[in-house]
Order: sequence, then structure tokens, then C-alpha cells
Amino acid sequence: MATFGSFALLIALALAAYNLLAGAIALRLLATGQPAPISPERLADTARRAGIAGFVAISAAAFALVWLVFTNDFSITYIMEHSNRALPGPYKFAALWSGQEGSLLLWAWLLGTYGFVLRLTHKYDVRLYAYAGTILAAVQVFFLAVVNFAAPPFALMKGAIPDDGNGLNPLLQYPEMVIHPPLLYLGYVGFTVPFAFALGALMMRYPGEKWIKITRLWTMVTWLFLTMGIFLGMHWAYAVLGWGGYWGWDPVENASFMPWLTGTAFLHSVMMQEKKGMMKSWNVWLIFATFLLTLLGTLLTRAGLVSSVHAFAQSSIGTWFVVFMGLVLAVCLFTYILQRSHLKVDNHLESLVSRESSFLFNNLVLLVACFVILWGTLFPVLSEFVVGNKVTVGAPFYNRVAVPIGLFLLFLTGVGPLLPWRATSLRSIRRNFVVPTIAVWATVIVCLAVGVRPWHDGAFDSGNFYALVAFAVSAGVMAAILSEFLRGAGVISQQTGRNLFAATWLLTRRNTRRYGGYIIHIGVVIVVIGLAGAAFNSNAEKELGLHDKLAIGPYTLECVGFTQDSNLNYNSEYAMLDVYKDGKKQFQMTPEKRVYLASQQPQTMVAIHSVLSWDLYVVYEGANPDTGQPIIKAIINPLVSWLWAGVAIIVFGTFVALVPSLTPATAALRVPATRTAPSEPAFKGGL
Amino acid sequence: MGTRLRFTFWVKSAQALALALAVCFSLGATDAGTRYNNLNHRLMCTCGCAEILGECNHVGCTSSAGELAELRAGIAGGKSDKEILASFVDKYGAIVLAAPTTHGFDLVAWIAPFAVFGAALMGTILLIRHWSLGKTQFTPQPPSPEMDALHDKIRRETGSDGGF
Repeated sequence: MATFGSFALLIALALAAYNLLAGAIALRLLATGQPAPISPERLADTARRAGIAGFVAISAAAFALVWLVFTNDFSITYIMEHSNRALPGPYKFAALWSGQEGSLLLWAWLLGTYGFVLRLTHKYDVRLYAYAGTILAAVQVFFLAVVNFAAPPFALMKGAIPDDGNGLNPLLQYPEMVIHPPLLYLGYVGFTVPFAFALGALMMRYPGEKWIKITRLWTMVTWLFLTMGIFLGMHWAYAVLGWGGYWGWDPVENASFMPWLTGTAFLHSVMMQEKKGMMKSWNVWLIFATFLLTLLGTLLTRAGLVSSVHAFAQSSIGTWFVVFMGLVLAVCLFTYILQRSHLKVDNHLESLVSRESSFLFNNLVLLVACFVILWGTLFPVLSEFVVGNKVTVGAPFYNRVAVPIGLFLLFLTGVGPLLPWRATSLRSIRRNFVVPTIAVWATVIVCLAVGVRPWHDGAFDSGNFYALVAFAVSAGVMAAILSEFLRGAGVISQQTGRNLFAATWLLTRRNTRRYGGYIIHIGVVIVVIGLAGAAFNSNAEKELGLHDKLAIGPYTLECVGFTQDSNLNYNSEYAMLDVYKDGKKQFQMTPEKRVYLASQQPQTMVAIHSVLSWDLYVVYEGANPDTGQPIIKAIINPLVSWLWAGVAIIVFGTFVALVPSLTPATAALRVPATRTAPSEPAFKGGL
Repeated sequence: MGTRLRFTFWVKSAQALALALAVCFSLGATDAGTRYNNLNHRLMCTCGCAEILGECNHVGCTSSAGELAELRAGIAGGKSDKEILASFVDKYGAIVLAAPTTHGFDLVAWIAPFAVFGAALMGTILLIRHWSLGKTQFTPQPPSPEMDALHDKIRRETGSDGGF
């Protein structure tokens, strides 16, 4: 099976190379009109079919690796290092992406899958899809070359074949780890598709903005995957790492966040190009930058450039990525310089205070946030290079620098929809901003009254201050978005006689993109409220003997036992804690510590009790070697469930935005015949 | 007069707000517990886990317990925050600090993000102002038979709805 997998990878590389060469020749012949022994259309079609066949070949290789994991073939180095006999079935799948070689194969397979979908739907615009398919093939050649020559997943063990493997990293033996990495990779790899369309459209001087519409859809789907991947990663970190938080500003977390930021910027600025013919060069470069950042993220994880809990072993693979990134940048620059006349804008901004300006500032802040994170991630390397002294750039740096920028971005999220297109008047500002401003100040007053104050024990507390600002701005943004919904729904309600809920539903369906976007913004606000809760964390730690108690927040934890268990995969120790509130027993928690037999590595299994106001988060830190009693750490994490609820809303909003809007004709059919719905605000502006 | 009064009101309000913020920022009394919590979040655990000292929870971590004990001893010994951090840097190197310092090359880490933000913001504002000031003025076209025909067509098409 290993030979089969290796050959499948070689065949996939040959097919991708053919796809690239034949596609490039065909497109060149089509562009120049030169005579050729074979018609360029037929040549391009053979290239497309090679791409489809390549997907089949990579799928066969991926299947071979999974098969080898399930059959415990420890003659393969990768299987020996990342699996063992006692590993449960679902985690055997996870072995596919738990190591360098397997994850690169997964990358190539996902790229092949995206390419497969793209090539099957080529009739939408044969020529543009041919360009995009050829560019995808170029990227595929790179990844297949890496898995064939630099990080082969089917490499054989040297020496005696062991009876059992080293097992999967314990940190990855958690249900979310079966879906978090593939989603993240779907997001990472997916950005290759909009990149290919953008570069292809620029190369062929594609007329009109249709490519933008195609790219936008792909970008939204990709963005959704990346969003879900990032948040699942946060949840995994929260539930598994046991330090009580969900985001540590680890370089690899940062690497996934950067393309998300530029992708988000693109999804906003692309509307300016569609509606006003503006920001054409900007949009092209945003997509180029997003793709380059996905490569940079992969480089950071694999080259040992920065230290991270996520990083794979240091290897020479970084050189491959550096060279490829340089090549991509050179091609992008060359194409842009050659074709920049094609990107002349149709309009310019007319006013500093307008919807267009808010989009521009939103983009600016997103890119500055991206720069800050890139800067913080690479500063240790820069510092070592310049002064020979490696420094740490951790959470305190990002909290001071990125949090204010994030809050400004949140502010813009609320302001943008309140501003009209082109220009605005003082009167309209007053009218639109009254409700959000009242919401902001009312929230400040309520927060101060209930004790959310920017000082603590007599000293200024920046955490509390930012939390207060976050709550206040969130209230303002929420008021702004809800008033937008209410205004539109009110008009429909008046015209059709529907109740407000039904009118809101119809309003959303008539412009899914705009109102889906607003739902996403609501989700973002909820997420920010959840993040702001971190300022009020409290914790307690104690060694608990039998019937000893630990008080935290409104809860009292009583140790009613501690015991051990074991199975084929791991040994575990856990404490049994009865949790009391107001003197009454509420529930029992069993925080656990595991030691995996194959790797002999420990792993925390946190016990979490989640309610809307807070999470009770309990960690079994291990037994005191002198007394044998468990050391328990309990944390009250306020508003964490808001974070996950916000993500669910973001996902829902993205689905809404992906659904096609009702056309005016079909919308008219859905209102009573006696009351014709005239054009209303939803059709006019769009987002 | 009304305008002037309103202006004075806003100036006084801004002064009051600035004063309130200044008071908030200058309040400095802290107890040992708060200082301990604050400082253990400004230091890293040196066991290689890349976690903040106050949040490191590795089983049998060989570093965090000792570092936390040093921190407690420093606070109990009456050392200032600066002295405690300096003693950690002397012992473990600059990598023990969770964020760059504010002197030497480290200062660049703090300045660059805000400098880039400021420059980008200013550049964008200037660019939009340039565009808005330089936009082409509308100049009515001289009458022509084509324009007259177009006007007639517009009037006919919009007349049934009562025109504009």
C-alpha cells in the first residue's frame, strides 16, 4: 500500500505539471492567436481533465495513508511516529494531519478537491476558469513536489520495525481535534482559489466585475471555514490546555488570524469595487496578500522560525516555502505592473464622512491589525538579528497594542452602516446616531453602577477599562444594527401588513448579503462581549483532602473522592468534586489528568460547567507527591459562553449571506396582490 | 451668545473628562496580592512551555514554582516592580519578560504599530481630501437637438408618475 501511495503521489505530480504546462501553452496560444498543431481549446480541456485526474491520484494517496494508519503498518516512519495500536478509530484519522508529511498531503488533497470543484464548474466562464485552473495547478505542483521529495509521507523505517507506534500527540486526542485542523486547512487552502481567480483575471485583463462576484463567493466559503477552524482551535485550547484561556497569541494562532484579517478586509472592500468601481488595485493586492499570508503561516509552523506549541519539528522545508513565496510575490508584482492600466478606478471617494470612507477605514484598521500581529510575531526574530538578543512578545504586548485597534474596528462596524453612500450631512448624522449614542452612555452608566469600573483596588486597571469600552461600544453597535433592521422591517410591515418578525424575515431574504452581513456583525459584537469578560476572571488553587472545600465565586467545591483508572490508551487520575451553591448541591465535576501509555505524555482534561454568565473551570493539577492529595485549580471565567454563541451567529450570518437574495420579481409575488410593494431601502443601497 | 455658551459647555465637559481620566490613571496604591498577580502576568515560565508564569500549570513543572517563590520573596522584601523584573532579567535573560521593554531596540516594538497606524490613517485622510477637493465640477452641456430629444423622452416616461 505504501508503494501504491508513493506512486499515486508521483502520478499526481506529473498530472499537475501537465495541467500547468498544457494550460499555460493553451492560454498563450489563445491570447496570441498563433497557429498550432492542436487547437488551444482542446489543449486547455486536456489540461483541465489532467487536473481532475490529479485529484483522483491525490485522493488515492490520502486513502493509502489512512489505510496504513488503520492497519497499524509501523514499517512506515510516519505511522510509527504518529499512531499506535490502541489509538481510537477517529484519532487514527487525525493522524493524517498530526505530522508534517501527513498535513502537507492533506493540504495537497484539499487543494485538489477545490480544483476538482472549480474544474467541474468551468462552463460558468471557460476562459477565466482555465486561467484559474492553471494557476491552481502551479500551486499544486509546488505542494506535490514537497510531499514527493522533501517530506514524503510513505518513507520506510530504517532498521527493525517496532511492534507498536509512538502514538498520537495527547494534545490532539480530543474530539475537536478531529475537525479543527481540517477546517483550518480548508480555510488556508481555500484562499488559493480567490488568489487564482484574481491573478488569472488580471493576466487576461478580464472585462467587468464578474470575476469579483465569483471570487467573493469562494472567499466567503473559505472565510467561513477559517473562522470555524480558528474558533474550534480556541475551544480546544480552552478545554484541553488547562490554563483557563482560549487565545494565547501564540505565533501559529497569529498565523491563522492574519489571513483571516486580510480576507475580512477583502470581503468588505470588494463591495466598493462592485458598487462604485473603486479600490481595484487594493482588492487584487488584498487577495495576493491573503494567499501569501497563508503560505507564511505554513512557513512559521514548519520552519522552526518561531517557537510555538503548534510548531512541527524544525526541518529544511522552510527553504522550499521561502523560495515559493518569493516566486509568488514576483509573479504577482510582474503581472500587476504589466496590467495595472486595467485596474484604473471608475470613481473616487467624495467625502471623508461617507459609507465608502467607512469601508476604507475599516480596511485600513484590519490591515493595521494584521501588521501589528505580524510585527509581534516576527519581532523576536528581528530583535535577535539586530541586537543579538531574543525577546518574548506575548499577551501583554498584544493586549496593549491590538486591543485598542480592535475596539476602534468595532466602533467602525457600528458607524459604517449609519453613514449614507457618497456624502453625509450633519442632520443625518444626528438622526442616525442618536439611538446608538444613547445605548453607549446608558451602558457606561449601568456598568459603572454594577461595578465594572476602570480601576481596581485603587489602581487604574487597563483590563477593566477596555472591558468597559468594549461593553459600551458593543451596545452602540448592536443598537445601530438593530435600528437598521427595524427601520427596513418597519417599512415592509407598513407596506405589506406583515408583523415585524415576518417583515424582518422578508427584509433579510430580499437582501441576504446586506442583512447576512449585519447578522455576522451581531455575532462579532457577541464575541467581543465574551472576550471582554476575560477582564473579570478570578481563580483559586488548593490542595484538597477528602471533604476539604474550595470556595470560588458563588460556588463551593467539596472533594468527595479521588481515584485512578486505566485503559489500553492511557492511565488517568481524577478528583470527584461536589459543587454547592447557596448551600445546596448542584452537580459533580471530575477534572482529570491522563498519562498516555505510548508517548508517556500527560494531558489535562478540564471539567467545565457553563452558564450564560460564566464558566466554572476546574483543573486537576496533579497529586501532591508528599501527601498524595489532588491539587485543584478553579477559575470563574465570565461570559465565555457568549464567545461560542457569537461564533454560531457569525456562521449563521455567513450562510444567510451566501443564500441568493429574492429577486424583485419573486419578492413582489410574495406580498398580497392588493398591496404592491414598491422599492424599499433594502433594494437600494445594499451593504 | 448661545453658540458661545454651548462651546464653553463642551470645553468644560472635555476638561472634566480629562481630569477624571487623569485621576483614574494616577491612582497607584496597590496591595501585595494585586502586585503579585500583575507581575506574574508580566513574566514567562522558563520551562519552555511558552506560557505566562501565572498561567503555567504543567504537572511537575521544574521552573514555575521556583519563579513564583522568587516573585513572592521579592514583593515581601520590599522591592519595587522594576527591581523585581530587573532581577528576573539578570537571572533568566530578557526572554523571561512577557513583552518587550520600553528602552533600546525593544522600544521599536511598541512604536512601530502606532506609527504605522498613524501614518496610514493620516495618509488615508489626506488621500480622501485630495479626491474630494479635486473632483470634477459639473458643467452643464450646451443645448443640442440630441439633448432636447433626450429631455423630451425623460419627461414622457416620467410624466405618468407625476414627474419628479
